[in-house]
Amino acid sequence: MQSRERVNKSLTNAIALGVIWAAAIATVGALGTILLYVIVNGIGQITPTFIFTWPHGVNMEGGIWPTIQATLYVTALAMLITTPIAVLAAVYLAEYAVQGRLVRTIRFAADSLASVPSIVMGLFGLSLFVEGLGMKFSVIAAALALAFLLLPIIVRTTEEAIRAVPKYIRWGSYGLGASKWQTVSRIVLPSALPRITTGVILAAGRAAGETAVVIYTMGTMINAPVSPLDPGRTMPVDLMLKAQEGINLPSAYGTALLLVLMVLAFNLVARFIGRRNRRMQG
Amino acid sequence: MSERLASLLQDQASVGTGRDKFEVQHLNFFYGDFNALTDITVGIAEHAVTAFIGPSGCGKSTFLRCLNRMNDLIPGTRVEGKILLDGHEIYGPGVDPVDLRRRVGMIFQQPNPFPMSIYENVAYGPKLHGVKKKAELDGIVEESLKRANLWKEVKDILGRGGLTLSGGQQQRLCIARVLAVEPDVLLMDEPCSAIDPTSVQKVEDLMAELKDRITIVIVTHNMQQAARVSDFTAFFLQEVAGQPAELIEFERTAALFTSPKDRRTEDYITGRFG
Repeated sequence: MQSRERVNKSLTNAIALGVIWAAAIATVGALGTILLYVIVNGIGQITPTFIFTWPHGVNMEGGIWPTIQATLYVTALAMLITTPIAVLAAVYLAEYAVQGRLVRTIRFAADSLASVPSIVMGLFGLSLFVEGLGMKFSVIAAALALAFLLLPIIVRTTEEAIRAVPKYIRWGSYGLGASKWQTVSRIVLPSALPRITTGVILAAGRAAGETAVVIYTMGTMINAPVSPLDPGRTMPVDLMLKAQEGINLPSAYGTALLLVLMVLAFNLVARFIGRRNRRMQG
Repeated sequence: MSERLASLLQDQASVGTGRDKFEVQHLNFFYGDFNALTDITVGIAEHAVTAFIGPSGCGKSTFLRCLNRMNDLIPGTRVEGKILLDGHEIYGPGVDPVDLRRRVGMIFQQPNPFPMSIYENVAYGPKLHGVKKKAELDGIVEESLKRANLWKEVKDILGRGGLTLSGGQQQRLCIARVLAVEPDVLLMDEPCSAIDPTSVQKVEDLMAELKDRITIVIVTHNMQQAARVSDFTAFFLQEVAGQPAELIEFERTAALFTSPKDRRTEDYITGRFG
């Protein structure tokens, strides 16, 4: 009797382990397959010419430099607009707001905003910034529309980061006669900084990879934007158009690979910052 | 034999300055509607060590946090009655709890160094209160670490993170950090319950050294510790769950442990409950 139970136990254990392993392999496998597919198809394209020169000819041969510049520009501008607002909002929500209905409502609104499909955000940006405010197709219109998309994401990750700072560390500061703002600015925010930075960089990756929002707000024109009022075509948009029209698939794969590498780099930097800061503190 | 005689003689001698640092009068404390502490009246002697003992949930830590208004940070709490510090009402109008907490420092159960260097941990308080000169800060950091008996162990690694120290060292770092703002009073909320025995010894020695200049109040779970380190002991008890806790007995430590007046104190210190 007892031995049969034991067999069953180890059997269920083995099955559970197998299922968990299968799930893990599926997850890693999916990522691996995509990466491999993009690498195999795109690696041949990646040359200095491809990265640093302009496209030419009807089939868009040559490089994709203007789209890289446009992508980096709009991402940087969007982060510059979003990060300060989002961090201050998160500090308010986590530290200052009286926890109650109002805060719950704000949080619910932020979550809802985060789940708005990005194509809707693109249309909204088109009607508000591009047409309504007369910004035309421009980097600034795209950055502002992206800000709407990123704001709730950064607010939530920052709020989580602030809340994760242990209460007793704050108490230590209050116990020394620190005011609330001194405690927040000198203890809480520095302690939360690695996690905040991670959240911001991951959001930057999201911005760089966004297609629907930018296609309606900065257009599809191949252009290396200098002023925020210039239009431009970002890498995801470039990729979409090339793939859609089938004019230059190899180049599309090249763009795809570069884009994936860029977002991957964002994620790795985020991880690195998180780790380095933990070490310094630990 | 001579040791016992010495301790008896010491007990006869007057303790501290003979003056009360805190006078607590008819204090009631509420968490929302719940009356957690009722009618506490007690005086806390200046430059002496006063211990609060009692079973878990008896309100001793709550009472401790009333003394520097740390409870203000918990929403929905309320105080009735009076607490006078050097004759001034600390819950009175115009009293800034931030200033109060500078004078009444606090050490917590869990050592809580800030995630910054040892030096910066100690310099944090003085910097808050406006000390900017490097030389002055250096002096305060060294002096505070010396007073906390940590200087020898850390003088060559001041730039290292405070969290790299052992638990006991961390607790002494927290003590140094509080001493750096020169408080009159040090509140210690079970300061030894999360550190190793050797460090406990060091912290206890430290309390004996510090009380020349500072009034110390310690909450402890450990009756032996209360008996070792304190001059006065207060016994708190919540007799019925859901009812407020009260101060059962307050006496010279030697008297409370050798001849408790209240039956409940006797039951507690002889280990009949708690």
